[in-house]
Amino acid sequence: MSIIETKDLDLWYGNMQALKKINLAMDERSITALIGPSGCGKSTFLRTLNRMNDLVPGVRIEGQVLYNGEDIFSPKVDVNGLRYEVGMVFQKPNPFMMSIYDNIAYGPRTHGIRSKVKLDEIVEKALLDASLFDEVKDRLRKSALGLSGGQQQRLCIARALAVQPKVLLMDEPTSALDPISTAKIEELAMSLCDRYTIIIVTHNMQQALRIAHKTAFFLLGEVIEYDDTEKIFSNPSDSRTEDYVTGRFG
Amino acid sequence: MIERISGRRTVWCAVMKGLCIISLAIVTALTAFMLIYVLARGIRHITPELLFTSPSMLRNTIGILPDILNTLYIVIATLVVVLPIGVGAAIYLNEYATNRKVVEIIEFAAETLSGIPSIIYGLVGMLVFVQFCSLGTSLLAGALTLVIMNLPTIMRTTQESLKTVPESYREGAFALGAGKWRVIRTVVLPTCINGIVTGCILSIGRILSESAALLFTAGFAHNVNGFIKGLGSAGATLTVALYVYASERGEFDIAFAIAAILMVLTVIINLLTSYMGRLMKRRNGQ
Repeated sequence: MSIIETKDLDLWYGNMQALKKINLAMDERSITALIGPSGCGKSTFLRTLNRMNDLVPGVRIEGQVLYNGEDIFSPKVDVNGLRYEVGMVFQKPNPFMMSIYDNIAYGPRTHGIRSKVKLDEIVEKALLDASLFDEVKDRLRKSALGLSGGQQQRLCIARALAVQPKVLLMDEPTSALDPISTAKIEELAMSLCDRYTIIIVTHNMQQALRIAHKTAFFLLGEVIEYDDTEKIFSNPSDSRTEDYVTGRFG
Repeated sequence: MIERISGRRTVWCAVMKGLCIISLAIVTALTAFMLIYVLARGIRHITPELLFTSPSMLRNTIGILPDILNTLYIVIATLVVVLPIGVGAAIYLNEYATNRKVVEIIEFAAETLSGIPSIIYGLVGMLVFVQFCSLGTSLLAGALTLVIMNLPTIMRTTQESLKTVPESYREGAFALGAGKWRVIRTVVLPTCINGIVTGCILSIGRILSESAALLFTAGFAHNVNGFIKGLGSAGATLTVALYVYASERGEFDIAFAIAAILMVLTVIINLLTSYMGRLMKRRNGQ
């Protein structure tokens, strides 16, 4: 069953149309990769799913995004509530200028959780889930900015997991990281996908092939092909997909 | 040919370098002269009697305790009013406002306002606060005048420090479902608090050094009062007292003592400002 589904989704930045009639359905508890050359709209699409594009001036959206069958642009929807359910990890690690503990507790506290015991529990669980606990357990009260880039990114994943979202959007989460940190994040994504739905934008086709169940190929604001990852990489139906995944352009 | 040109160039270089050295020597000499002259003439007249008593006609002694207190009161009163308004306005302009044109006009107006001579603020303060609002010549009228004077500074420095907070911090907090005000209060402001404090310290420096605007509005009295009563009464701050003692009573020793005290305070404020700046860099670079 699909947890997120888009219907004829169009998006304009001013006069420039960045997304054209996107129809995609993302399966629950799976990893979906969005691939395509720079500027093809995959990040824009991802940021539409938790309405982060609301923050960009001059954006106009038509069509529907259904989350569990409910249109997220309906006036009844509380955008902050949506973002609790649909979390996000950004391209550049963006830990807040606070302690590791406070970074993770930020979401739950926003959610109204004040109990110290409960927060301790949530922080520990989130760090364990993000396989960061052993590395930081002795310095939870130290600044998060003292961590390495890879650790910071896992911290950001832990921070997103701490509010127990259903969906985790990842916008090129490994593009700023070294191969070892990248491998850790990939492992992490695979270990999380039996509980969370993960949608990941990546420039790294090997990454999509390694971790994603399904892959969508974006080109100039359109989805050219959306299928099982294996099929996309071994036997794509569209010649443009084949050209891209075999490295003939992009 | 080649030799001639390069010869002329060498001379030209040496002349320009020499001129720069002369300029530097003048600057150094003047700065050193100001510092040493004021401190040398002032420091020996700073006595416990001067610092901790009021002036007495009977005993014919001069003390600047009331002026020190007045200065303190006016700094506190000004900051209490100017900080929330200035910071609030900056937050609105930077975080909420969507019309770039209006923001630019307000910024330009604030820049202009912060550049006009302070005696104009004094004149307006006298007409508006002292007379129209019938506050009389009082520290409160002086403080309100200084509020208007410092508002642009506080607003602009706060705005500049808000701009240093990376957009990705805001996005990260929004993505966790935090509302606008929560993002500002828990992520944006704590990240740039040092910048706001620096602006605040600079403002204290401006309040300390202000005299023209206060001559019109706060008066010349030298009475020791509590905070509330003090605000309602006329009173001289240190700079105004300096003016009074020097120009009206010919007490140059006292004037120089006050000058030395103000200089030391300025040094402390500058050190505080650069300390905050360093603290900010260290925190950002962690």
